[in-house]
Order: sequence, then structure tokens, then C-alpha cells
Amino acid sequence: MRLLTHNMLSSTIKGVSNGFPLTIEAAKVVEKQVDMNSDFLKNIFSKIEWKPFVEAAKTLGFSELPEEDVQPSLLDSHEFLTKFHHALLEIHLEEGALVCPETGRKFPVNKGIPNMLLLEDEV
Amino acid sequence: MWYMCVFFHRLLDYRKPEVEALAQLFGAFADDNNGDSHSVQWKLPDNFHPDNPFHFVNIPSEDIARDIAKRSILVKGMYEIWGEGTSYEQLEEAVNAYPEERKLPYLTSENTFKINIDSFGKTFTTQEQKELLKRLAFIPFKGRVNLRNPDHNFWFIEIDKYEANNGLPPIVEKRIFFGREVGAADRKLLPTYQLKSRVYIGPTAMDAEMAFLMANQGLAAPGKLVYDPFVGTGSVLVAAAHFGALTMGADIDIRVVRDGRGPDRNVWSNFKQYGLQEPISLLRADNNLPPWRAGLKEVFDAIICDPPYGVRAGGRKSGGRKLLKGVVGPYTVPDDKREGHIPSTAAYSLVECVHDLLDLAAKMLVMGGRLVYFYPVLREEDSPDPTFPEHPCFKLVAVSEQILSFRYSRVLLTMVKVATYTEEIAESARVMHLDFKANHLKWLEEGNLHSAVFAPNKEGENVDLRFSKDSKPKYRGKYV
Repeated sequence: MRLLTHNMLSSTIKGVSNGFPLTIEAAKVVEKQVDMNSDFLKNIFSKIEWKPFVEAAKTLGFSELPEEDVQPSLLDSHEFLTKFHHALLEIHLEEGALVCPETGRKFPVNKGIPNMLLLEDEV
Repeated sequence: MWYMCVFFHRLLDYRKPEVEALAQLFGAFADDNNGDSHSVQWKLPDNFHPDNPFHFVNIPSEDIARDIAKRSILVKGMYEIWGEGTSYEQLEEAVNAYPEERKLPYLTSENTFKINIDSFGKTFTTQEQKELLKRLAFIPFKGRVNLRNPDHNFWFIEIDKYEANNGLPPIVEKRIFFGREVGAADRKLLPTYQLKSRVYIGPTAMDAEMAFLMANQGLAAPGKLVYDPFVGTGSVLVAAAHFGALTMGADIDIRVVRDGRGPDRNVWSNFKQYGLQEPISLLRADNNLPPWRAGLKEVFDAIICDPPYGVRAGGRKSGGRKLLKGVVGPYTVPDDKREGHIPSTAAYSLVECVHDLLDLAAKMLVMGGRLVYFYPVLREEDSPDPTFPEHPCFKLVAVSEQILSFRYSRVLLTMVKVATYTEEIAESARVMHLDFKANHLKWLEEGNLHSAVFAPNKEGENVDLRFSKDSKPKYRGKYV
């Protein structure tokens, strides 16, 4: 699971009012190379919830992202784009779990695939 | 400028929409306002049937025409026609009258060339081909012939008149064309990606040709994000990734997305096999209860999928036992069994599935983004023209039918997002979602395609009559 995915997912358990962001429990993190496409990064930038993104990157051991005052003008900097690209698409949670911030329910991540399916009594 | 667009004679309903989608992708429409009110102009040669492979299409530039032809799956070639006529004399006259400055640059001594002969519904012997080539002696070719790798390909197309034959549409009058090739499709893609040599496939894996057509309808390209909510073995995303798009997929069946058939035989390995960028994300999720965070919208450039409509594979959604038994309280999973518990699922009716898909797409697609999906249509009885799902955020831009059996066909629908997802639309979708939940069995019966497709023949009905009824007036080609 890439951090782009993490930034999009939330816990949708019945009764949970704010299931985002999910806390990451990392057991195995790998890096997988992805070709950089600056147009894609520029498009997706405005869709990212920045604070949870920075936190998630830190949890997985990457702390080179600016924490505050991120303006779209940063996208003109190649250095920023490279870091953004790396954090967003190349860090990959292979084994671990995503934890619902309200209920503590764990969504397991095995072989890089988050299992977001709810149990019968959570629907 | 008008070009002759020659198609491969298959998947007839898919041919023009593919060219139109690619025209959009390569910028044939200058003032791009969300794919709205754009259309490509088409023209038929005199007296030709619309299903024949020869069409004229108006494309703003040669570069765009070349790009369209190269990327397409069903375009055999785009030609700049130098002349046409009903006899060789007329052809010669027309070619001589064609502006010199459009011809001479391709006839110089530095250029190598090849003349190809094409027809439709007939073949030429070598002797006949030689005769035909001699008739072109009036064109002042200065360059050398190169049959393997010429700088310029020319096409000499002769179509004889013939009556309707074996379902082929009739051609009323003999017609001859001569033109220069601007671009042609790369059909080598298809053997490379054919399913029989793919490592991991499932019973409903999409065949390579159709998957590429779907990716073209979805305008898959580098820098774009394509999502498939029913990813299965990833056959649709493989095509999108081939065109450089980043991909994401979800499926409710974890065995398919996570495990596959071993470490080197799963969805990831299908991408590795072709040296493609693997999906950015694969996850297990239910299309009925998508796991996206509340504020998230307009992230995908295209949603391309083949929803499970219950004929070859039935859809499933969360909430099984409760819905099936009509119990008021849900089944509560005991605490000691929560880990590793496999939640039961319930059948997912086509109506609800399509409703969820449109709602998801309306919310998650960028403006101008495309939803491309298959929709089943029953061909039984004297049913009127089918109606397709509608949504206030979408405009339907292409409808392509592929007949699968006597009883049903599938239709590839391409919808473009033209309006933003508002609070009111979200609210009415929520109400509908609850209605589906409350009246689960009723909806399930209404959308039961499986029994309609596989029901036995009605008693007393003549089987021969059934066959004759099948041959609908519109000819659609023998390939399905």
C-alpha cells in the first residue's frame, strides 16, 4: 500500500463519524520504484490531505517532507517533487495494519493489499 | 482535412467511437470544454453501406490522424486520398488533378516507397496485382521500391460491386481509390498481450483486444490515474498501464487480488510479465461501501471496468446473513473470532451495482473524466431499444454493442463527467442506497439476468423460429 492510497482511505464502520486518517502499524516496509510523472504529481497535489500524509511518511521512516506552509508553488521545485513522488508512490507498506482512529479496529495489510472489507456487525 | 479511415472488419460498433475517443485524446478539438458537444465528422464513399470498412473522417491535422491510427486497435490505416473514381480513367484524372505540392514531396528520388493493393470481399491473384500496378504508371514515382521498410506506403484500393452476400452489406458500384498512408494500427500488441500466454487469468478476464478498446475509450495516458473497482486479475488495468496510465484496483474477493495462484502468479505478476508499471494500489473493498474518506473527490481520470452482472460471475456485497434472512439485528461476531473472520456476503443486483458505480464515478472522477463500463442487454422478444443508465453528472458519448449469445449482448458505455457532484445528488444516492438495503430481495429479482439468459425455451415455441428471429435486420459482423 502506497501513501497515496493511505491518504484516500478511511474507516467506514457504521457509527464512526471520522475514520480518517487511519493510523499505520508497520511490520514490513519496502521501496518500489515508480517512474516520476510531474503532471500527475501536480494534479494530485491539491487532493492530498497534507498533515496526515506527512505523519504517515514519518511512521514509515521518511521525514524529509515539509510539514507546514505547503504552497502549490513548491511544485516548481524539482527537489520537492522528487521527495513528494518518493513519499507518495514509492514507499510501500507490505505487511502491517491500518487502525481506525475511533474504534481501534485493525484493517490488516498483507502482501501490500489493505483489506477494507467490514464484518457483518460493522456494516 | 478529410482522410480515408479503413477499419479492420470486426467489432463494427466499436470502430468509430474508438477514433472519436482518440481524436479527443490527441487534441483534435481545440477549445476543450470537458469533452462537451465534440464530435468527429464522418462521411461514407458514395453508395457504401455504413458497416463497410471504408470511411472518410475529418481530422484537423496529419499528425493527429497518424497518432490516432497508431494507437488504435481497429483502424487498419488512415490514408490521404489522392484520387478516386468508378473507373481507372476517372482515377487517373482525379490523381492528376490533385495538388502537386501534396504529391511531389513523397515522390522524390530520396524516398523509398511501396504500393499496397487492398480490396474488400475479394482477393487478387499475383497476375491481377501486376496488371493493377501497371495502371499506376502515370504517377511519376522517382524513388526506389522498398517492400520491407518503405518511407511511404501507398494504397491502391479497388472495391467491386456485389450483391449482399453471406451477411456482408452490398456494394452498389465499383469504386477505386489511391492514397498515401498516414498511419496504421499496431496489431502486434494483441499477440503480445493475448490471454492464453498471460500468467494469471480468471474466468472473466477481459480479452486483450477489448481491454485495449476500453482503455482507449477511457483515454488512458501517462500522468492519468485509472481505477477499476472490479479489478479481478487486472486485465483491464494491464491495458491502461500499457498506455502509460497509473492504475488502481479494488475487488471484494481477497483471494484474487492478494493471493492469486502463488508468488509469481498474481495480479502484480501480470504487470511484471509485460514490463509495465505495477498498479499504484490494489485493495480489497466493497463497491457497495467504498472505503474512501469523506472529503475525497475528483481524483480519478477514468474508471474503467466490467461490472459483475450475474451471467458469468455474480456480484457480491457486504452484509450477507442479515439481508438474506431478513433478520433485524445483524450477526455479531464474537470477540475471540474477529481475527481472521470471513464476513458473509450477499448477492449484488445489477441495478444496485450500476447505481453504486455511477455514484462513485460522479464523485471520484475529475471533470471531463470518463466512466467506461459494460452493461448487459437482453435481446429476447420484440424488446424495444434498450435504455441505458443515466446520471445528472454524466453525458453518454459512446454505445458499442457486442453480441454474446442469442439472448443477450453486452454494450460498452462511455460516459463523460460534465457536471460537479452536488449535495443533492449525494443525498438522493444515499436514499437510494438505503432503499436497496431495505428491499434487497425485490431488487435482486428484478435484476436477475442469469435466469433470463439461461432459462429454457418457452414451451411450444418453434426452435427454427428462434433462429430466424435472431437475425436482426442490422448486420453486425460475424465476430463477437
